Amino acid sequence: MEKKESVFKPFINGLISENPTFVLMLGMCPTLAVTTSAINGLGMGLTTTVVLALSNVIISALRKVIPDRVRIPAFIVIIASFVTIVGQFLEAYLPALNSALGMFIPLIVVNCIILGRAEAFASKNGMFASLMDGLGMGLGFTVALTLIGCVREILGSFSVFGYSFREPLESAGMAPIAIFVMAPGAFFVLAALNALMSVIRDKQIKAGKQSKIKAGCGSDCASCGDDGCVHQFYDEKAGEKE
Amino acid sequence: MSDTENKEKTAGEKMKETAQLLKSVSPTPHVRDKVSTSYLMGMVIAALMPAEIYGIWHFGPRALIITLISIACCIFFEWGFDKIIKKKSTVGDLSCVVTGLLLAMNLPVAVPLWIPVIGAFVAIVVVKMLFGGLGQNFMNPALGARCFLVLSFARYMTDFSYKPGWGGADVVSSATPLARLKAGESVDLMQMFIGNEGGTIGETSAVALLLGGVFLIACSVITWHVSLCYIVSLLAFTAVFGGRGFDITYLGGQLYGGGLMLGAFFMATDYVTRPITRKGQVIYGIFLGILTGIFRVFGPGAEGVSYAIIIGNLIVPLIEKITVPRHFGYKKPAKEVA
Repeated sequence: MEKKESVFKPFINGLISENPTFVLMLGMCPTLAVTTSAINGLGMGLTTTVVLALSNVIISALRKVIPDRVRIPAFIVIIASFVTIVGQFLEAYLPALNSALGMFIPLIVVNCIILGRAEAFASKNGMFASLMDGLGMGLGFTVALTLIGCVREILGSFSVFGYSFREPLESAGMAPIAIFVMAPGAFFVLAALNALMSVIRDKQIKAGKQSKIKAGCGSDCASCGDDGCVHQFYDEKAGEKE
Repeated sequence: MSDTENKEKTAGEKMKETAQLLKSVSPTPHVRDKVSTSYLMGMVIAALMPAEIYGIWHFGPRALIITLISIACCIFFEWGFDKIIKKKSTVGDLSCVVTGLLLAMNLPVAVPLWIPVIGAFVAIVVVKMLFGGLGQNFMNPALGARCFLVLSFARYMTDFSYKPGWGGADVVSSATPLARLKAGESVDLMQMFIGNEGGTIGETSAVALLLGGVFLIACSVITWHVSLCYIVSLLAFTAVFGGRGFDITYLGGQLYGGGLMLGAFFMATDYVTRPITRKGQVIYGIFLGILTGIFRVFGPGAEGVSYAIIIGNLIVPLIEKITVPRHFGYKKPAKEVA
């Protein structure tokens, strides 16, 4: 019974309880930069998911081969290969999305979610669990980016996924709030959605339920039984080295 | 028997009450003054009245409607926010009325009527209440909202056409005097001083704003440091870098034009977002003047007061850090002689 639960645990973990954007606050650079529209957010999220899942699997498969000292360069090489493959693929088949995301596709190499999961999860767990973790984290990232993109697109240019409802609203005398497609809008929306997550969590805790959304981390690793937590990793390795 | 018990109980309760009272007493000296937040804010409102009344007379009844909407929405959002987070209502300190009034005075008269509503929401909820209410906001709420609106609705916020006065005269749509100055045209200083020009509702009349500012300084609601340093340093900057030298028309236009008077007397001097020490206020004023000068002379637009004050607000904590007063009796440690 317990074993069956643990197979999908990494997936749910990445999607909700340790959502990289809303809980772990990782990968803020693409989150703020490319979410000017829902389709951009979705594209960026899915691209990252593919890279994350594949690199997680390979790193997990090679985790006993890679020497501990050079693990970061090794991880980067693996991640960069997949980013190059995905980048070429996008350029060939989805040129519009490719040009919209621009510089941020090669920059997936240094996305801290991917390196963070490689360090914290894939290098310590089996291939299937790593695949699940990569998919969960990636989809969590995708959902978050799409949500932010949706809100910014609706408020900032009166459209969703490119379907514009600008004309009826503009003829009614309204105008889109252009600041939401500019840089400050990204911060407004991210903060508002984060606050919303906190409200939901607090309500669930007050109602006596154990909320699936975690409250980031209080660095209290001694009393935390969470495998694959980003913070726990450093403590363990520090102990091993000495 | 029971009588004495009762007495003892009341004595004990009294002790407790006294102890409770003492807990909320701050250390000496206990100077008390009748000056309260609502008194100060009332004075600011009174000082803004000449410019507001002139604005209504100059721009017509629509200016009054926009002002009323802005103030009403500010009061409503502050009341509503306090209600939602279950705090005691802070509407009574009148600061939200000042914010609403300043916001309306920063809008052109031709804006659609929903713009002051959005502006009031940003000013009160986003800039002020989310950071903890009056005294905790790091930025002037009215100016924060103005910049939000300018970035979002540039088309409406730079439309300075208006119907002059109460009469049904033709719509005047001309560039603001500052824009004309920037384009190298000439301006009529006297008209600018009185306020017979295009612009936002409250910024056109330099003489009315000056009157209000002097009134505030005379009643020691504000001190002269920020305002004077701001205005003098801006004039010095434009005289040096403006490219027209010491040209009275040009400098006068810079002085009376745009939101300088409104900003220097009513927004840069906001208690919450200006430095506390006199020295800090002087630095802050000079910084604002130079920044506004840079925006006006080298920037793409003709005006820069609101952005300058907002950026100034952001560096206030740094100014406070370098102008901490010395403890009484503190001596600098002597430098070691090598």
